[in-house]
Amino acid sequence: MVKGHSIKVYVPRDSTALSLGADRTAKAIQEEADKRGVEIQLIRNGSRGLFWLEPFVEIETDNGRVAFAPVRPKDVSSLFDADFLNAKKHPLNLGLTEELAWLKKQQRLTFARVGITDPVSLDDYIAHDGYKGLKNALSMSCEDIVKAVTDSGLRGRGGAAFPTGIKWNTVLGATGEQKYIVCNADEGDSGTYSDRMIMEDDPFVLIEGMTIAGVAVGATQGYIYLRSEYPHALHILNEAIEKANAAGYLGDDIGGSGKVFHVEVRRAAGAYVCGEETSLLESLEGKRGLVRFKPPLPAIEGLFGKPTVVNNVISLATIPIILDKGAQYYADYGMGRSRGTLPIQLAGNIKQGGLVELAFGTTLRELLYDFGGGSATGKPIRAVQVGGPLGAYLPESQFDAPVDYEAFTALWAVLGHGGIVAFDDTVDMAKMARYAFEFCAIESCGKCTPCRIGATRGVEVMDKITSGKDHKNNIQVLRDLSDTMLNGSLCALGGMTPYPVISALNHFGEDFGLDKKLNEKESAP
Amino acid sequence: MVHTLSTVDLGKIDAHILAHKRVLGGLMPLLHAVQDDIGYIPEEVYPRISKALALSVAEVHGFVTFYHHFRTHPVGNHVLQVCRAESCQAMGSEKLEADIKAKLGVDYHETTADGEVTLLPVYCLGNCACSPAVMLDEEVYGRVDLARIAELVSEVSNG
Repeated sequence: MVKGHSIKVYVPRDSTALSLGADRTAKAIQEEADKRGVEIQLIRNGSRGLFWLEPFVEIETDNGRVAFAPVRPKDVSSLFDADFLNAKKHPLNLGLTEELAWLKKQQRLTFARVGITDPVSLDDYIAHDGYKGLKNALSMSCEDIVKAVTDSGLRGRGGAAFPTGIKWNTVLGATGEQKYIVCNADEGDSGTYSDRMIMEDDPFVLIEGMTIAGVAVGATQGYIYLRSEYPHALHILNEAIEKANAAGYLGDDIGGSGKVFHVEVRRAAGAYVCGEETSLLESLEGKRGLVRFKPPLPAIEGLFGKPTVVNNVISLATIPIILDKGAQYYADYGMGRSRGTLPIQLAGNIKQGGLVELAFGTTLRELLYDFGGGSATGKPIRAVQVGGPLGAYLPESQFDAPVDYEAFTALWAVLGHGGIVAFDDTVDMAKMARYAFEFCAIESCGKCTPCRIGATRGVEVMDKITSGKDHKNNIQVLRDLSDTMLNGSLCALGGMTPYPVISALNHFGEDFGLDKKLNEKESAP
Repeated sequence: MVHTLSTVDLGKIDAHILAHKRVLGGLMPLLHAVQDDIGYIPEEVYPRISKALALSVAEVHGFVTFYHHFRTHPVGNHVLQVCRAESCQAMGSEKLEADIKAKLGVDYHETTADGEVTLLPVYCLGNCACSPAVMLDEEVYGRVDLARIAELVSEVSNG
């Protein structure tokens, strides 16, 4: 039992892996190894994102890592019997992880390290190309860093798809002694978990991205506004920040450059609207999360009235690879004006749910069937909601749409944060439309009338429609109300709740008691 | 029901207030610290908080009631949050919600008769590839059914 020869065994510590019992699996493996007098090195890595196979255990071999999945505590004894530590034959042996088609077909740039490294090991991060982007950035002028981000074509991955470099340039040009970098980690959209994965599985990449942003625009303080539903992310981020501080990657002299940057995590408190950037800033200031009027833009008057970059987790976590490999390397991926890759999250009624990072341009059908393997229940997929609770429902006839911001806009749909929730043919789309209003009513900040009142009226109108009361007129009221919310709301919560509602009505009118053919004729958006 | 704070709890709250009174935007972290420590935000401490942070009592009340996470009454020994969002609905969470309520004999925002479990709705736990999901205290559980939830609840209730 020589320590140097102990075999590395990887058991993920990502929340989804834990939700399927990864801690119990890890414990069982360690206990069995102890019982048999075998020395192993148990590493709690992030998840590879093949969530239907969690707990996804890997063994390091000379040829690369070999996967065994899903491993439950009851499997552990038979795995040792079969000498799985030497990657021998076993029903759960999936072969080399890197050769799994599901992973091999992906283009992982932002998620390059996710599932491979120990999330809280700074050494591991650096050994896998970590902090190369910051090193380059520290040798560049502020203008050149911002130019690289602009040239990469990166657009805000939180959902709004605003060019990141243009936002940074505004903050760079703004005058003020204090500027801020705010990371929007209030990932509240159903069907999304890529922010959570970055924070739990590769937190240093987010910290590095924020640091580069700070160096680029002259901000010395960063805040991560983290939703309270993610306790594991909180602990992991705080541990990573502490390590980055201790190693001089954060603090008063970043990498010996003399530049200052600090990061602090602030927990949110369960208000969906605080994912909207101005509401988020109010919340960070210690106020109710009421949406602000724009202008002024947060880039000019943001947190505490100072120039502020507000970016999503994925946007910031993509900065290091752009600064490491160059703007062109990133821009070479993608299509049209959607450059680079999008970490797509397969969710809902899907057989093989998980994280698929691909260049823009892939189709929903490829994602749902080639990667997703169809529905979990085995029934036909009838609808998908893309982009969270404010995203449109798409019918099967639109599954060949390419994943591209403009292509989705043309369909009166949104890509948002890249979450795809699949529904089988048992779904009642009128019920989903009602739920969209219900959710908006629960989460409305109350500042503007179309959202505050409209959401409640929407629930009532839906109830009238489904009970058949004055049906034709109420369908018209539903359209009118949606039009008011769409055009009259202050932010996307009220302004986009009509997307799921009207798309459901247009594509699945039969669930609203409409004649299918007649509805198709009347409903061009 | 009127809850009267013990002097121990008041002392803890005063210490949190002291630690956060000079923090920029400190109301949010202060309230988290209080709720993490004693389980809820007692309305009777609003005046102390408002005085220390130079806010009105109305502003503190407005803040606490704006955010779903904060509560002004004690909860059970454990908190079970059931996800109601679309991804979980696609995997039958609506029926699961009803079954859990029937099994525990409580509606949302209520606590079981034995004081063990408070049931709360939640809108996404970020576990959407393995719906339906629930969170029991700080742990998420994926691909759950009623039997699994009953098992989890009984494990924590007896522990």
